[in-house]
Amino acid sequence: MNLTRRTALGLALGGAAVAALPVPALANGAEAIAAFTGGATAGSGGITLTAPEIAENGNTVPVAVDAPGATAIAVFATGNPTPEVAVFTFGPAAGSQMASTRIRLSKTQDVVAVAKMADGSFVQASATVKVTIGGCGG
Amino acid sequence: MISRREFIQASLAASTILGGAGLSRWSRAMAQQSLTQDQLLDFDTFGNVTLIHITDIHAQVKPIWFREPEINLGVGEARGVPPHVVGKDFLEMFKIAPNTPEAYALTYENFTDLAKAYGRMGGMDRVATVVKSIRADRPEALLLDGGDTWHGSMVSLKTAGQDMVDIMNQLAPDAMTSHWEWTFGQDRVNEIVEGLPFAFLGANIFDAEWDEPAFEPYKIFERGGVRIAVIGQAFPYMPIANPKWMFPDYSFGIREERMQEVVDEVRGQGVDLVVCLSHNGFDVDRKMVSRVKGIDVILTGHTHDAVPEPVIVGETILIASGSNGKFVSRVDLDVREGRMMGFRHKLIPIFSDVIAPDADMAALIDGTRAPYKAELEEVIGQTESLLYRRGNFNGTWDDLICEAMLSERDAEIAMSPGVRWGTTLLPGDAITREDIHNATSMTYGACYRTEMTGETIRTILEDVADNIFNTDPYYQQGGDMVRIGGMGYAIDVSAPIGSRISNMTLLKDGSEIDPARSYVVAGWASVNEGTEGPQIWDVIESHIKKIGTVSLTPNTSVVVTGA
Repeated sequence: MNLTRRTALGLALGGAAVAALPVPALANGAEAIAAFTGGATAGSGGITLTAPEIAENGNTVPVAVDAPGATAIAVFATGNPTPEVAVFTFGPAAGSQMASTRIRLSKTQDVVAVAKMADGSFVQASATVKVTIGGCGG
Repeated sequence: MISRREFIQASLAASTILGGAGLSRWSRAMAQQSLTQDQLLDFDTFGNVTLIHITDIHAQVKPIWFREPEINLGVGEARGVPPHVVGKDFLEMFKIAPNTPEAYALTYENFTDLAKAYGRMGGMDRVATVVKSIRADRPEALLLDGGDTWHGSMVSLKTAGQDMVDIMNQLAPDAMTSHWEWTFGQDRVNEIVEGLPFAFLGANIFDAEWDEPAFEPYKIFERGGVRIAVIGQAFPYMPIANPKWMFPDYSFGIREERMQEVVDEVRGQGVDLVVCLSHNGFDVDRKMVSRVKGIDVILTGHTHDAVPEPVIVGETILIASGSNGKFVSRVDLDVREGRMMGFRHKLIPIFSDVIAPDADMAALIDGTRAPYKAELEEVIGQTESLLYRRGNFNGTWDDLICEAMLSERDAEIAMSPGVRWGTTLLPGDAITREDIHNATSMTYGACYRTEMTGETIRTILEDVADNIFNTDPYYQQGGDMVRIGGMGYAIDVSAPIGSRISNMTLLKDGSEIDPARSYVVAGWASVNEGTEGPQIWDVIESHIKKIGTVSLTPNTSVVVTGA
């Protein structure tokens, strides 16, 4: 079979689209973040995400976020079937813009926190949390 | 005016020259059979503060053989730098001549001959002599124990760590931190800590339910007119590397931001010197002090590295004091106007034939062993092979343990944990029950027999490999690779997780491991609650009794690339 570059690209694209339909979780992390930011690119700095490097228990992983001046902070577990974990909103009377919770992680993945600032801009921070079966120490 | 940084560098140069001269002096002396205790302890007292560091004793109270690693690969930024330097490279890096006492103490080459020439190392009665001598010189010296103290021998297992508690109480450290201590269970740890006459520190030990600090994070000492904060950092990966059901109420972790908070807190109290007594492991500590500001000295433990010179990271000096009572570090510091202006350091090797045992400590040790003496000393068999464990991949002790499991548990594949403790036996040595315990003693030693698919075995190998070879030290747990019997494999240590392991082969017939097939696997030290099976030391004892004399063929079943 003789494929032109154009038909090959078309096939590849078709393949990607088909693959995406039954397994929506594949690109879900990025999509969920884009839905929160309305497609805007998030900057860095001004937001702190605290999470363990290796989860002691993947079923309950403590995470904390702190973004002074934010009006809302969203937390995403990008590798979970449902990446949206929580959105914390802060009214004008909030003394600080921080929150902590525990989340379930299905496997090793990046946890991402995105803050919407008062001026409508976004900043984000991420942390890789390893969910491991464990090794043996010294 | 000389900056603090330049001061530290100048001090290091002085320390190197002094250390170098000291080393070559005692190596010549040893060659002439005239090495003396005075030479080993010789130290030109410096500054106004002395720290004494000992760590990872693993309940080894009598002098032992301990062969340092032949393979100790570093990845990422740690590639080829201490402690990831072994053998000839190590000798060249630290300007040590081959076949000298220090070559024997610090490296693996020609180990058997050198061991016979220079004798066993360690022994807590010899350590007591060294500590007393330093205290005679500097009465206000701080003695700090980096943990992994209560675990690792038959007597410590039988007494739930009480022998080591009694011995350490007599040695009288000022503080300790912890790791394997927790494998006696949280109730036992709390019971001991309640009666401990010194501080049990862990800034990173939290209450699991409330995520709040659960133990004393630091203690402030006033010594020689200097206010010294000692911050403890327990092993961060307790609930992952060891059975979390044994200490369900506690959470650990590196908690870098917490360490910074605690450093800031003690600095806020106007201390002159900040010391971190850590069980993070060398690479984790090197990264942590590059990010946490304000630690002057970090006394590192867990990874069992003996490094003859301090490693300097920014304005912090990192001290690694080996394991099993083989070494004691003495660090003298000049602290003035709230700043560390310089240091002098010596990694003191505990040559048991040269350093006189302290009589009181020797009596206490023999007292703790007396009820078990006959059991400990019973000869189970002989070995024609050098038996050691330490190293990234299979050691000969583990080859023997895996053979025992394959045979006694009728398994196709055996798995032995890549712990770094476990002492060495020389060819020609008798194997006593105590020796078997020194390689296996633990509170979760059941030897299970189960079925695993080829895919599961691969997942385990990949997962453990990433705990050692992840290029970010914060994801390293500090052990060595799980040891495998009955199966060979290839590993590319530089590849990412999921693609390091290949060519898994069942050794008995040379067949490729089938991901879908189930294999009969025996192993020990499972972190799962309710694991069933005979204790691993009984499995090994039974095997050795059958074969009589251990004679191992070199194991070439693991092919390592990417180093």
